Amino acid sequence: MTWVNLVIQGILLGGLYALFASGLSLIFGVMKLVNLAHGDLSNMAAFLALIVVDSLGWNPFASLLIVVPLMCGVGYVLQRYLLNRTLERGPMPPLLVTFGLAVIIQNLLLEAFSADSQGLDAGRIEDAALTITGRLAVGWLPLVTMSVAIAVIAGLQFFLGRTQLGRGFRATSDNQSAAQLVGINNQRLYGLAMALALATAAIAGVFIAIRTTFTPDAGSLRLIFAYEAVIMGGMGSLWGTLVGGMVLGVAQTIGSQIDPGFGVLAGHLVFLAVLAFRPEGLFAKQVAE
Amino acid sequence: MSESRFKVVKSNRANRIALAAAGLVVVGFVSVPLWAQPSFQRTLTTYLCLLALAQMWNLLAGYAGLLSVGQQAYIGLGAYGLWVFADGFGLNPFLAVPLAGLAAALIALPTSVLAFRLRGGYFAIGTWVIAEAYRLIVTNIDWVGGGSGTTVTGASHVKMATRIPVTYLMALGVAVGSVLLVFFLLRSRLGLALTAVRDNETGAESLGVDVSRAKRYVYLISAFGCGLAGAVTYLNLLRIQPNAAFSVQWTALMIFIVVIGGVGSIEGPIIGTIVFLALQELLSDYGSWYLILVGAVAVAITIWNPRGIWGLITSRRPLNLFPLRRHLVVADALAPEAVKPEGSVGRSE
Repeated sequence: MTWVNLVIQGILLGGLYALFASGLSLIFGVMKLVNLAHGDLSNMAAFLALIVVDSLGWNPFASLLIVVPLMCGVGYVLQRYLLNRTLERGPMPPLLVTFGLAVIIQNLLLEAFSADSQGLDAGRIEDAALTITGRLAVGWLPLVTMSVAIAVIAGLQFFLGRTQLGRGFRATSDNQSAAQLVGINNQRLYGLAMALALATAAIAGVFIAIRTTFTPDAGSLRLIFAYEAVIMGGMGSLWGTLVGGMVLGVAQTIGSQIDPGFGVLAGHLVFLAVLAFRPEGLFAKQVAE
Repeated sequence: MSESRFKVVKSNRANRIALAAAGLVVVGFVSVPLWAQPSFQRTLTTYLCLLALAQMWNLLAGYAGLLSVGQQAYIGLGAYGLWVFADGFGLNPFLAVPLAGLAAALIALPTSVLAFRLRGGYFAIGTWVIAEAYRLIVTNIDWVGGGSGTTVTGASHVKMATRIPVTYLMALGVAVGSVLLVFFLLRSRLGLALTAVRDNETGAESLGVDVSRAKRYVYLISAFGCGLAGAVTYLNLLRIQPNAAFSVQWTALMIFIVVIGGVGSIEGPIIGTIVFLALQELLSDYGSWYLILVGAVAVAITIWNPRGIWGLITSRRPLNLFPLRRHLVVADALAPEAVKPEGSVGRSE
């Protein structure tokens, strides 16, 4: 029963990683951008939520009403005035700029909030659990997180497949110049994609901040987990990312059960094994390279 | 058009004068232990190691297009290699440094197989994950002190009057060595291959350049250099902790230094290191603000002046201290335009 429990915990943890990773999948799909600042931006959202909670006394979930639009704005401005200038110049400039931003954000958070770990208190939901059988219980918070992850991914899929703007995203992804020829404003579109990506990053950042304590340097590890989910799932496939996140989550929870110091490492090792034996990802639409 | 009318020239008088001046600077650096305080030597050791690291990252990213964010793996492995050879096996700590570098290169070989499965931005992520994996593996090994780390006792027993100058001279050797290594490497056949890959990877491959072999060589050389620099750094610091030795901040510093100085030039990392040194020493009382500032400068340079400070200097007046271009000279000397960069073979910008 312990093992069933572990696998369920791992799968639910994977929901959180997928929530983080869905934004990365989206922007890579639309503009082939690898955003090394995604983790730190989502951590920044958690600190923004902390400010909202402390100053207005709101529940952390309610703080999303302020934090998500704010992060959308940050994403749009960041993309239009900074990152757009680095696209179409090869893979190096966007990587350098996002990596630089990651370091800047992390150290600004450190200067503003010190290295102390912070927490967001969401009340009773943090401890409440749904009892399935006598010895099997699942926390409400991970369940809600997983539901939100599925809802976000389904929402993104619907948006990309069924809406006018989503079709624009796909068109740009397929052929930039052709999309421009039929009247799509790529620069604006990229801004909107980043706004959307940071909205998901903000939701994920606040959820993880409710789940556990967080520090200014928490962003980089989350970035790694998120990209592990993206790469394992097969790049550019949103549902693949969800499965990639679940594989990572299960590897980590089982690893921690074997030895508390082995959890994160087990996740990395599974990721490297996937890289060695199935580099195109577990659910790739097409072979990478 | 007989063959004798043409020759390929790599350097000119200005280069040779510049190299002689550089030689004098190195002699000045060698004399430092004769007149400087130990604390000053230790500070210089830090920056010389950073210069070597920056050269290694520049070789990887600027010349081979390998955007690694995981070079801290080899700094950490170099640091722990130092401990293993010096304390674990009881060898002379100074001898342990080159062995640590070799060990890092040896580990880089199987590592490259995994890392090279990914390209571009995902290569960066892959190398970062690998560095994290090495950090966690080391953290789980009690023999090397686990998460709390260890001290290189073999080196701390060497008396200070010997240890500090020798460590400094080793750092100088690693720094100058890294510059010379990159210089001669780029002038070699491998350098030509890399230049071709940088300009057009598919084109280079179709002309028979073994692209993946060239990249793998560069990756191994860079691992060796980072391992050496890591070992010397920790010969200077003596206390090794896995979170610090395998910290991604090492790679952040390398990247910022190279970007500020100028990606894809040997002079860039040298200038970048000097700028970084100035900023860090000036802002030493203001916590991590130096890192925020250096990061912001690097971001601004990437966007608005991608060739860095060295690019700014050379945009007004063509100048290169380290001659890497091959110029085709027509022996008649009737065609002086042939010596201009337009007529050059190899590096074209």
